[in-house]
Amino acid sequence: MIETRGLRKSFRSRAGRETKTVDAVRGVNLEVAEGEIFGFLGPNGAGKTTTLRMLATLIEPDGGEATIAGADLRKDPAEVRRRIGYVAQGGSTWDESTAREELVLHARLYGIGKAEAHRRAVRALDAFQLSEYADRKCKTYSGGQRRRVEIALGIIHEPKIVFLDEPTTGLDPQSRAHMWDEIRRLRTEGMTVFITTHYLDEADALCDRIAIMDHGEVVAEGTPAELKREISGEVVLVGLDAATTPKAAELLDTEAYVSKLETVDEGGLRLYVDEGATAIPQVLRRLDHAGLDLRSIELHRPSLDDVFLTKTGRSLRES
Amino acid sequence: MKLARDTWLIFQRQIQLLLRNPVWVFVGVFQPVMYLLLFAPLLKPALNAPTQAAAYKIFVPGLLVLLAIFGGLFQGFGLIAELRAGVIERSRVTPVSRLALLLGRSLRDVVSLIVQAVIITLLALLFDLRVFIGDLLLAYLMLALIALMTSAVSYGVALKVKSEDALAPLMNTVAQPVLLLSGILLPLTFAPGWLQGIADWNPFSWAVDGTRALFAGDLGNDKVWQGLTIVAVLAVAGVVWAARQFARSVR
Repeated sequence: MIETRGLRKSFRSRAGRETKTVDAVRGVNLEVAEGEIFGFLGPNGAGKTTTLRMLATLIEPDGGEATIAGADLRKDPAEVRRRIGYVAQGGSTWDESTAREELVLHARLYGIGKAEAHRRAVRALDAFQLSEYADRKCKTYSGGQRRRVEIALGIIHEPKIVFLDEPTTGLDPQSRAHMWDEIRRLRTEGMTVFITTHYLDEADALCDRIAIMDHGEVVAEGTPAELKREISGEVVLVGLDAATTPKAAELLDTEAYVSKLETVDEGGLRLYVDEGATAIPQVLRRLDHAGLDLRSIELHRPSLDDVFLTKTGRSLRES
Repeated sequence: MKLARDTWLIFQRQIQLLLRNPVWVFVGVFQPVMYLLLFAPLLKPALNAPTQAAAYKIFVPGLLVLLAIFGGLFQGFGLIAELRAGVIERSRVTPVSRLALLLGRSLRDVVSLIVQAVIITLLALLFDLRVFIGDLLLAYLMLALIALMTSAVSYGVALKVKSEDALAPLMNTVAQPVLLLSGILLPLTFAPGWLQGIADWNPFSWAVDGTRALFAGDLGNDKVWQGLTIVAVLAVAGVVWAARQFARSVR
């Protein structure tokens, strides 16, 4: 449904007299299959939004190619526009208009006739549970309601693909869960959904497949389960004081069951082991034997954050 | 035709929002009305005009051109608010004509200008101003073209600078000399030669002269077609330039 090859974009920024070129996206290759929820996971500034805006024809790539729903992004952006929906991060509704007006206008901008536009607006209001507020001004809506209007706008012309840029950022937990259901519903209706997110749980729970992005590059791609499986084994987190950490690291690094050992900045160790259940007693015994006190011990099954950490050397929560 | 349809859609929406808050049309007309009521009475003695009506024939066309210039130049502010709300970006992902995004908005500005011009004209009638309806309609055409140009330019600049803080001083800097050099408040016949020489390069000066000729009932005056041609060419240039800004990346 989407295929990109070497998509690139750099921006020139000027600070004082110096001009700096920032490579926002450096050669992204992606393949998104029909009918899946595909997620772009990465920290702010990773180039997710820039990539999305390129795919949505809003900014022109500096290089590379992309085919979106069968249309060539570089040669026929107008056709791409007809086939996709795009919902921006920062909102797209006008305070003084009502949801119904926005929906009808937006449908008509896609070339849909007046009567049909009204019918579609009614259907969309109903599907997104907005009928009750349909004729109130957008400025009176809650964050979640407004976001639903925006998603409804993005799909009013029944596109094959819809791009959602951080659809749940800024929503309260309940509205977020609601939004996840809406997004799953779009997939049930046969749409391909492409979202960006910096929430690990969202990528994990919602997306069929994800690409992890960092510094303008895709560093990993696959289903959440595949990616987690790639990180073989489990992680034992040993809570230690900063003072005892080096000593413990020295002791445990030579143990056969520890495949990799990392020191946590504020004290403590991160041990990569095949099986946590058998490793934990051994760790405890070893440290006890050496007379080192530990504050805590935790077994950690791999999360997408661990995937991110192994691919980029940083935790997503920290970046 | 797609362009006409798209323009109509955008225009309709903009007019709908304007009618929801029509107070702005009247706020816009307030300043010129003040000039009409509080400044114009000084003109008969100052211009040595034979009658009050004669003074108004000189002053009212200038005032209307002033209204068209300023009304248009400050429309960019509304667009910056729309940019911020994401409405422009939302339009740009649809296949809507980029020219229509501009024209729909500029036509709304033209309509609201004409409404204001009619209000001013009607008030001026109370002060014994008399104009032939045909001449008046041609004068309105001149005003419409000016407003089309200035609002298009304002939109184009707004898309480029993207901030009210930059737009306000920029538009004021442009508007002040344009205003003073177009003989709007007082005809430039009083100006020294060098000032007239500079004013000849100001297109709005030609527009004001043309509009004055129309108000004077002097349809055959060369200044009429010259003024109309100049503003028409500039309006087309302004629209083409601004439409290109709409087509290009907008954040």
